[in-house]
Parts: sequence; structure tokens; C-alpha cells
Amino acid sequence: MLLSALFFYLFAGMCVASAFMVIAVKNPVHAVLFLILAFFNAAGLFVLLGAEFLAMILVVVYVGAVMVLFLFVVMMLDVDFAVLRAGFLKYLPIGATIGIVLLIELILVLVAWVTAPGISAQAPAPPSSEMSNTVALGQILYTKYVYLFEAAGLILLVAMIGAIVLTLHHKRDVKRQSVTRQVARNRESGVEVVEVETGRGLK
Amino acid sequence: MTIGLSHYLTVAAILFTLGIFGIFLNRKNVIVILMSIELMLLAVNLNLVAFSAFHGDLVGQVFAIIVLTVAAAEAAIGLAIVVTYFRNRGTIDVAEIDLLKG
Repeated sequence: MLLSALFFYLFAGMCVASAFMVIAVKNPVHAVLFLILAFFNAAGLFVLLGAEFLAMILVVVYVGAVMVLFLFVVMMLDVDFAVLRAGFLKYLPIGATIGIVLLIELILVLVAWVTAPGISAQAPAPPSSEMSNTVALGQILYTKYVYLFEAAGLILLVAMIGAIVLTLHHKRDVKRQSVTRQVARNRESGVEVVEVETGRGLK
Repeated sequence: MTIGLSHYLTVAAILFTLGIFGIFLNRKNVIVILMSIELMLLAVNLNLVAFSAFHGDLVGQVFAIIVLTVAAAEAAIGLAIVVTYFRNRGTIDVAEIDLLKG
């Protein structure tokens, strides 16, 4: 019990600290790397909660795909990020005000809710011993929530097509391979036999 | 020294607040705004998984998977828009995206 509390404070502290660094560092590449660290620590928190499958998804899909996409875009855009940071201190007061008000509201909700008698004092429900988290999740995801699952797949399909359509662009002056023209070519249209007289050459 | 539900909810609340704070601080840079949105979605997922674990109900984790899917789709589309916009205008300053005069 002590060890899990220790790990909770480790993961939570690292997660909050790296989330703060994400919004505070100057270099966006460092911000993406700190975001990756935050996601790793959140995955640790998920493992502590017994949600191993989600922790794996967070590391493999989120860090492995989405964050690498972020990293690629940040590195490929030739932007002077120092200029974009010009109004940093100007927006600090209003941002801090709104942030602190929101944090106080959330914590007030939490405190009011904790004082009420309820489930808050219990430890997390122990995972059932006969099946792992992944098996249990799969058994309801592919039966009861199969339509939701397919809708999620459709969302990803739409996002993929949208991203391709948005970023694909053809330049006019670049020669491209045209498969239909290549296949439609035959001997008559491709080869021309010319009789060349000696000493005259071709015009 | 037992870790209750309120501990996890506090961490999620702090993460969410940091996300909103980040949007206000870096309101010129689209990429950092997108990263702040990712932080907020992570906080939401943490809430969902914490409630799911403490209630012993797996539906919260199913919903967290759906949130992850939507977040991935949103990041892909958002970054594609950023790339296209940068290609056309040469900047990603939010304050200069005012062609529509909204």
C-alpha cells in the first residue's frame, strides 16, 4: 500500500511538472518531448488504476503515433517561434486569473464531494482474478459497444481521408507518371522508323 | 496513506487547469494550443479511468478509448490544417488568421 502511494505521488508529480513545462518552455520541440513525458506518467497512473490496456494504448498509439506526428510538424515548419512568443507576459495576468479561478472551482467541487459519504474512501475495486483487464474490455467492447467501436473506426477513417486531402497538392510544372498513358502506348504510337539519307541528316 | 479517488481527480483537475492556462499563455502559437488541448483531453481520460476503476465498471474505460480516438483524429486534422495554412501564408500566428473577419 505504501509502495503504490509512493508510485502515485511519483507519477502524479512528474505528470503535473512536465505538463507545466509543456506550456512554459520556449522551444516547441522541448514542449512536445515534455508532453511525451506527461503521457508516459499518465500511463503509469493508468497502470496503478488497473487499466493496463489503456496504458498500453496511451504509450503505443498516443506517444508512438500522435506525438511523433506533432514532432514532425514542429520540426518541418520553418517558423520563428520566438516571434510567436512575444505576448507571453502580456497574457500572463488574465491567463493566471482564469486558471486560478477554474482550479479553485474544481477543487471546491472535489472538497464538497469528498465530505459527502460515498465511495471516495474505498480503495479501487480489485481487478477480477479470472480475466485480465484487456480480456474484460474486449468482451464488452466487441459485444455491447460494437456500434460505438465501429463509429470510432469511421471517425479515424474520416480523419485520415481529411488529412490526406488537406495536405496533398499537385504542382503544375512537375512531371508525373501516368499509368493509363503508359499502358495505352503500343508499337505504332511509340516507334517511328525513319529513312535517313547519307550526309543529309534529319531536319 | 491510502490513495483515494479524490487524489486522482485532483491530479486531473490540475492537468486540465494547466491546459487552459497554456491556451491563454501561448495564444499566438497554434501548435502549443493543440498540445494544451491534448493535455486537457488527457485530464478527462484520467477522470474517466479513475471513476471506472473505483466504481468497478469498465464502461468508463470504453469511453476513454473513444475519447482517445477522437483526440487522435482531432490532432491529425488540426496539424494538417496548420501545415496547409503555413504553406499558403508562411506563418502560424493565430492573430493573423483573420481572412474571414469573424
